[in-house]
Amino acid sequence: MSDRPSTLRVGLVYPELLGTYGDRGNAVVLVQRARWRGIPAELVEVAADEPMPASLDVYLLGGGEDDPQHLAAANLRAGRGALDQALQGGAVMLAVCAGFQLVGHRYVLADGTVLEGIGLLDLETRASPDRLIGEVVVEPDAPLPRLTGFENHSGRTTLGPDLAPLGRVVVGGGNGDGRGVDGARHGRIVGTYLHGPVLPRNPALADHLLGLAVGDAALTPLDASLEERLRAERLHASTARGPRRWWQERLLARG
Amino acid sequence: MTRSLRTRFGVRAGEAAGWLSRVTGRGAGATISGRVINAVAPDALAELAGSRRTALVSATNGKTTTTRLLAAAVATNGRTVTTNSTGANLTSGLAPTLARDPDADTAILEVDERVVSRVVDPLRAELLVLGNLSRDQLDRYGEVHLLGDAWRAVSESHPDLAVVANSSDPHVVWAASPATVTWVELGLGWRSDAATCPSCGALLTWNDNRFACPACGFAQPDTPNRLDGDTLVLGDERVALRLGLPGRWNLANAALAVTAAHTHFAVPTRVAADAAGTVTTVAGRYMHVPLGDGRQARVLLAKNPAGWSEVLHYLADVDTSVVIAVNARVADGKDPSWLWDVPYELLRGHPTAAAGDRRLDVAVRLRYAEVDALVDRDPLAAARALPGETIHVVASYTQFSALYRRFGDRDR
Repeated sequence: MSDRPSTLRVGLVYPELLGTYGDRGNAVVLVQRARWRGIPAELVEVAADEPMPASLDVYLLGGGEDDPQHLAAANLRAGRGALDQALQGGAVMLAVCAGFQLVGHRYVLADGTVLEGIGLLDLETRASPDRLIGEVVVEPDAPLPRLTGFENHSGRTTLGPDLAPLGRVVVGGGNGDGRGVDGARHGRIVGTYLHGPVLPRNPALADHLLGLAVGDAALTPLDASLEERLRAERLHASTARGPRRWWQERLLARG
Repeated sequence: MTRSLRTRFGVRAGEAAGWLSRVTGRGAGATISGRVINAVAPDALAELAGSRRTALVSATNGKTTTTRLLAAAVATNGRTVTTNSTGANLTSGLAPTLARDPDADTAILEVDERVVSRVVDPLRAELLVLGNLSRDQLDRYGEVHLLGDAWRAVSESHPDLAVVANSSDPHVVWAASPATVTWVELGLGWRSDAATCPSCGALLTWNDNRFACPACGFAQPDTPNRLDGDTLVLGDERVALRLGLPGRWNLANAALAVTAAHTHFAVPTRVAADAAGTVTTVAGRYMHVPLGDGRQARVLLAKNPAGWSEVLHYLADVDTSVVIAVNARVADGKDPSWLWDVPYELLRGHPTAAAGDRRLDVAVRLRYAEVDALVDRDPLAAARALPGETIHVVASYTQFSALYRRFGDRDR
């Protein structure tokens, strides 16, 4: 590896357990947006039966089903030391949905079982009988523009008093605990309920994470016209009201 | 067959509703017709099934094709077969199929994954053919293991039910095991939904394409029956599958159908395989559509990452332009994030276009796969803009149905 000391290593953590909703796309987008700027980058899959490496620059945790989430929780707890070491060394983390729940203290399941998280962020989640499913729009703090995504989860997440959300929910459920916010942001860790996956649909968030990993100076502009068209279309569709909403629902119901 | 007045009235009312649906261009009519029948006569399904022999086919992918191949094979035995050949596979779609052919002595029915447990008893099914289970429409169907558990409940309450099932899919094995199973090893191309043990939740290990759970002992069952290239090995017999349908996935569908026809309906394997080989299009899948400029499109259906992966591995070796037509309507699943589970990188070098309601999601996915793509909402306009004599249009469910309604032969 000594001939490529500056390769950005983007880790896709437990893709077989936390990869149900296309979250691999987040890794693909970070690697490609680095490479297109001349920054060498590689996608590193961390398999569930491997020890957690401390040497990655970015750690991506995605969404998963119930049984896999239990297994992922146990493995993450075992890999907590390596994650701490990496984060203290400047690594970046994006935790989505099940992954977001697991970086908190705990997830209390519908039957009362407590799934212990890794407590990287001061938050906890409780299962709810109603699943939040659909398009989401989140208004984050500057400098990020509005984010679009798709959520599909039954967890309701409450942030601790000193933890900032990723943003205010404009459409959809987000954390779903009645405070009208989604996700969390703390240092180099970003958590969210947004799938889509979130980074292809929000290139600004992708570049924000890349900037945390390699420095903003390295982020030369990329042609984002296609991504911006998609983002605009999703924002337009998600915020439909009145007759436009009615027409949209009719169209979606058509076979 | 004797039918109650209520059922006869329900069938007539259903036919009228189906006719209205067709003449007003709203659909093929089977679903609305079935809803009316079931509303007027809730016991109609059991009554319409009567005493005929009934086999049900279900899977995430391949159920329509497997049903078609099995029906073709069983019909060689002198049996009269009724089958839901247009893929109307909910409880509402089954009643019109049975009502249409009251004298058919055998029903070979495709059944939606979620519907299996509700129709086994009313139809008095004697055979269940189970292909595979993987992620599909997660916003609607929920998690894969829930479907596997629902199937397993059927097996547990019907230990004598005959099942022909794919031994390579952990969810299918978990679901079928309590019943009386004939296994056939078909291989599993898509493993991303088979990481954990359906029985205990531990991580499954895969060696030589066989799975086992190191924690609880749940493992792939041993069977001499298997798909070996394009040959089906059934006990001591080897039968070559010469299909009119493309791809490895259709060899798996055919292997399942021939095994079921042979073991359950006593059709000789060679006869069953030959009958399967005569099928060249299945409810619009693989149909050719004129582009209006002397060229044509060939239409494939792919609606989830497992199906897409199979189609892409096939297309990667074919010299063709490709249109990817994706909607995210209710019947497709409203979340197209699965596009990122599909290895579209395999299309590098193929002229490609993104079409459908969600063409921009497709186009962004292709950009990151470094596949250059045109963007056009209309899949046929997109196809016309690409080079080649035959352009492959791979369509999600509602994109596909729109093309089938326009160009398909409804009587097929």
